[in-house]
Amino acid sequence: MTLETSRFESPTDVEGAVALLAAEGGAKVLSGGTDLLVQMRLGAGAPQVFVDVKRIPRLMAVRLGSEGLTIGASVPAAEIFENESIRSLWPGVAEATDLIGSTQVQGRATWSGNLCNASPAADSVPALMACGAVAVIAGPSGERRVSVDAFIKGPGKTVLRRGELVVEFEIPAPPPRSADAYLRLIPRTEMDIAVVGAGVQVELDDGGAIASARVVLGAVAPTALFVEAAASALIGSRLEDAALDAAAAASRAAATPIDDRRGTIAYRKKIAGVLTTRAAKIAFERAQAR
Amino acid sequence: MAKLRVETTINGEETEFLCSGQDSLLDVLRGPLAMTGTKEGCTTGDCGACSIVLDGRLVPSCLVLAAEAEGRVVETIEGVADGQKLTAVQQQFLEHGALQCGICTPGFIIAAEKLLEKNPDPTEEEARYYLAGNLCRCTGYDKIIRAVLDAAAVRREERA
Repeated sequence: MTLETSRFESPTDVEGAVALLAAEGGAKVLSGGTDLLVQMRLGAGAPQVFVDVKRIPRLMAVRLGSEGLTIGASVPAAEIFENESIRSLWPGVAEATDLIGSTQVQGRATWSGNLCNASPAADSVPALMACGAVAVIAGPSGERRVSVDAFIKGPGKTVLRRGELVVEFEIPAPPPRSADAYLRLIPRTEMDIAVVGAGVQVELDDGGAIASARVVLGAVAPTALFVEAAASALIGSRLEDAALDAAAAASRAAATPIDDRRGTIAYRKKIAGVLTTRAAKIAFERAQAR
Repeated sequence: MAKLRVETTINGEETEFLCSGQDSLLDVLRGPLAMTGTKEGCTTGDCGACSIVLDGRLVPSCLVLAAEAEGRVVETIEGVADGQKLTAVQQQFLEHGALQCGICTPGFIIAAEKLLEKNPDPTEEEARYYLAGNLCRCTGYDKIIRAVLDAAAVRREERA
């Protein structure tokens, strides 16, 4: 335990949170705490001020309408996964959320934390990118909207400036005959960090061929990345072998992973291709069923 | 810096405590409140030994700041039994001998109670996934899972 003690603040509106974060360079947003408090225990030191944002109603609100989902940045993963509407409209986002940590961790962990922690292996990020999710950021000069794919600048680095915090996420309603899927590979069945993650969203045309696609890989580059060439390979197809092979090759080529104890470069590149095709098949079948 | 005064409800009782800004709820439960049923394992949210229920949700109390508990509802292992009457989960842990050193047991019981509340008839696989964040280094899990599944059956009979 450090001798210095941290201040604890729990503002009840966004303006209050922004004021605290802007005033003190050492202030940190406390959402679920599953990264912040762990980093503190592992020696990063306690922040000067904890800004607990969970008493701000907007950060805990879930609004689902014809235009899509607007969800508070501090809604815990468990609540997201329990929401049947979210599970049915964005099954890939839901399954990615359900892969984060344990039941206990999911009682605390949030999308905003997963995003702001900016780990290359974050599970929710590729899935949110595949669905075109946008982060709404509040700060001293008002609000701005940044798509999830543009939010992370590198490992641990984001677009957030002093005084800013993520207040909510927006996910556009899925087009008719579209669906998403997320898969990740870990060496065990639970409680681990992605070796590779793949989020895919496809939209079908009237004839049942893929009209548009998004393919996103996680854990194989400094940030989650869109693989445009893999998406292009899927478009126009009904996932014939040639299209799947081309998409897998594109993902292998786009992946620039590191060697570490969870996987080698060669293995991660291969798996990036495998997960791309498997996630594409799941998304395709889901879209056909809609 | 002055200590924070926090008012909360623990196992149905209004409770008040003092804490520092960075104290975890686990620190306060085991320290000033002397409720040592909740165990400290890893302090990084990986082991489940410190599991509690906060506003109805299973969470690791090592990753909750004590000050966050203001006005919230906290449930710990001490509040699981009804006086001297054990729950089906607790009874089945005894009957199966589903513990050795016992450090993981309160966390397992709190988590298993929550599992059976949400899913009264889990499959073995569902139980294993739900409890994957509770680590036990003694038993090999088999007796724990059998105790939980048998407790589920007992609870279903009691409620039938």
